[in-house]
Amino acid sequence: MIGYVVRRLLYAIPILIGVNLLTFALFFVVNTPDDMARLALGAKRVTPEAIERWKQEQGYDRPLVWNADAEGTKKATDTVFWQKSVRLFAFDFGLSQDKRDIGREIFTRMWPSLAVALPMFVIGLAVNVTFALLMAFFRATYLDFWGVVLCVAMMSISTLFYIIGGQYLVSKLWNLVPISGYAGGIDAFKFVLLPVAIGVISGIGSGARLYRTLFLDEINKDYVRTARAKGLSETVVLFRHVLKNAMIPILTGVVVVIPALFLGSLLLESFFGIPGLGSYTIEAIDAQDFAIVRVMVFVGSALYIVGLLLTDISYTVVDPRIRLE
Amino acid sequence: MPVVLWTDALIFVVVGAVIAYVLYVRQREHLAVPWRRVARSAAGMCAAVILAFYIGVALLDSLHFRPSIESKDPKAAAAYSVEVRSVLDTLLADLRTRNEKTYSAPFATRSFQRETIELPDGKVAREYPRLRYGGAHLKDEAARGWDIGVRVLRGVGIAVVAWAILATVLLAWAARRTGRGTGEFAQAVWRGEVEVPWRAILVAAALLLVVLVPAFSLTPWYHVLGTDKVGQDVFYLALKGIRTALVIGALTTLVLLPLGVLLGITAGYFKGWVDDVIQYVYTTLNSIPGVLLIAASVLLMQVYVETHPEIFPTQAQRADLRLLFLCIILGLTEWTGLARLLRGESLKLRELEYVQAARAFGVPSWRIITRHILPNVMHIVLITSVMGFSGLVLAEAVLSYVGVGVDPSMNSFGLMINAARLEMAREPMVWWSLAAAFAFMFVLVLAANLFADSVRDAFDPRTHVGLRLGRLLRKPA
Repeated sequence: MIGYVVRRLLYAIPILIGVNLLTFALFFVVNTPDDMARLALGAKRVTPEAIERWKQEQGYDRPLVWNADAEGTKKATDTVFWQKSVRLFAFDFGLSQDKRDIGREIFTRMWPSLAVALPMFVIGLAVNVTFALLMAFFRATYLDFWGVVLCVAMMSISTLFYIIGGQYLVSKLWNLVPISGYAGGIDAFKFVLLPVAIGVISGIGSGARLYRTLFLDEINKDYVRTARAKGLSETVVLFRHVLKNAMIPILTGVVVVIPALFLGSLLLESFFGIPGLGSYTIEAIDAQDFAIVRVMVFVGSALYIVGLLLTDISYTVVDPRIRLE
Repeated sequence: MPVVLWTDALIFVVVGAVIAYVLYVRQREHLAVPWRRVARSAAGMCAAVILAFYIGVALLDSLHFRPSIESKDPKAAAAYSVEVRSVLDTLLADLRTRNEKTYSAPFATRSFQRETIELPDGKVAREYPRLRYGGAHLKDEAARGWDIGVRVLRGVGIAVVAWAILATVLLAWAARRTGRGTGEFAQAVWRGEVEVPWRAILVAAALLLVVLVPAFSLTPWYHVLGTDKVGQDVFYLALKGIRTALVIGALTTLVLLPLGVLLGITAGYFKGWVDDVIQYVYTTLNSIPGVLLIAASVLLMQVYVETHPEIFPTQAQRADLRLLFLCIILGLTEWTGLARLLRGESLKLRELEYVQAARAFGVPSWRIITRHILPNVMHIVLITSVMGFSGLVLAEAVLSYVGVGVDPSMNSFGLMINAARLEMAREPMVWWSLAAAFAFMFVLVLAANLFADSVRDAFDPRTHVGLRLGRLLRKPA
């Protein structure tokens, strides 16, 4: 088990290098730092001196991958690639375009993101599984049929509609919670309530329908028939047998997103003005701050790889037959 | 002068490919059987009727040209305007040109905003001015409700007549195919005793006509869905948004299919280092958060466009290339799911006896793949691509909201929502363009989802077993 985990973590290194090379190619090779400077400065203020100054401020004035003028190891390290990409591996994220330490920003903005994403994830999973179990319990009845119809209708509605509609109804018409904003500590509750509710509701359609299919796949298996033949009640069959065995396909899709909860939700955070990593990313995209976008890509993929590893480990927890070797 | 934009050309490539597929399937019974199952599903066929309307609008909107400018000198060479228009624009010329000054509510006769007006007696008043076009034919505004009612009724009348003609033609055609008399067949349809759910199809067509015909017949007199900030008719904008949504869905599928099929099957069939490399590539791509990868690519393309203005002669061409680029990026990030499914399936298929036998006979690998593997995974390819379509339409709205979607000069549901969102705080609220975009998108995505479901049920061998067993193992009473 430990050997497996170590091997998987080592396997993560080539993937992170790949992600890094890809983002480096996207950000520095396709467009030169000069192009970025022109975009950042705006069309009117572009002079060769201004571009040089901007590049120097941002640290893009070095050669891209190989510095022939430098000495010794500096030939490799005094380059844009080393300074901007390789240092990400040491979690040294550098500065954003407005000279803020990205690493510290991420650390402070992580908590509001988690405050929204974590309850949303837990409640959402519970709600989806409950609805799916209910539909599986009433399978082949009108309740099941209309449940599925409702799910298809709900998953056909854009997330944007849930957010805008929820904000309008709950915050503006009924004045129950503030429209947007955030506060630390216990006050966070009233700001987080609506985004969490909207996140859960917008996920019910696809989630409940998917889990229903997973449960129905299990319900047709032999061991379920045996369980019924033993005279177990339908509730016991569903909860004790079907739910446990359907956990494996459910975990495949669920565990992988847990680490990424730190990144928060782009849409919810920007609509509700929650100062988390999601809104940070959106602001960076709006301001065309490539440094932040690059760091978020790196962090996101690192968390995804952790998620894949956690998924494998979680299999051994729910199914003792699975051994990781 | 006709203009063929890149996405137009590719859209017609997709249409051509679909037609070729239909002709191919018609001659092969084993391929046609699952499609007949789709044709027997009532929900699937209703969805198909609605999708047909959307596709029709999108195709009309994909035939572009540059109108000629009438010049006073008849001998001069024909000059063409720089503005690129589509056939749909010409058909809806009324809607396109009858712009108000700013917001107005659906069916309004007066503007949404007060203006300072100089009265004939020299005094100045602030009031809501009459619209230039919306309800301009009314002498007395109090008669508006009556006027709308009469026109709606007239529209419904036309719709009913059109529907009756359509239904007769369709039923006569279907009756001839089954070799029964039209009257007898129509009665069987009414009682729901025919294989193809004609009754459901006709009901869907009736609903579509009853909504659309009055809406279109009212457009010369009213702004049915109101106007937006710069006074454009929202109904027109929503119709134009259809093309963008469908282009994103169709072209992204066009990009991701070859990638997913080729890489997925080769990984599963060859195993070994080929598999390792392909798995490495798709894990790497998957690990990058999708929105961020798209955002990064689109930002870069923006930089490229801004530094190379000479490549893009007209605004429409630039917007179009951005749309195409967005489809390519989406395709490049979305193929991994399909590839993973196909890899798993090919791993199973390559161990089957007939594939082993073919290999023992020395059949080259590419022939085994095209003859034995590919036909046996086609159902997965088809199911995944129809199921993915609706997700892509929804993704466009989100991406446009984030600011990395289609070009701001285009019409799309996402941009409509984004523009309308900024007016949420107004009192009273400007709700109509938001509602129109959501409604158009909801109907499209719902139809696509229902159609995809019926395709999946028809093609997935697993669901049939499941359904049959489901009926046998019905909950004990």
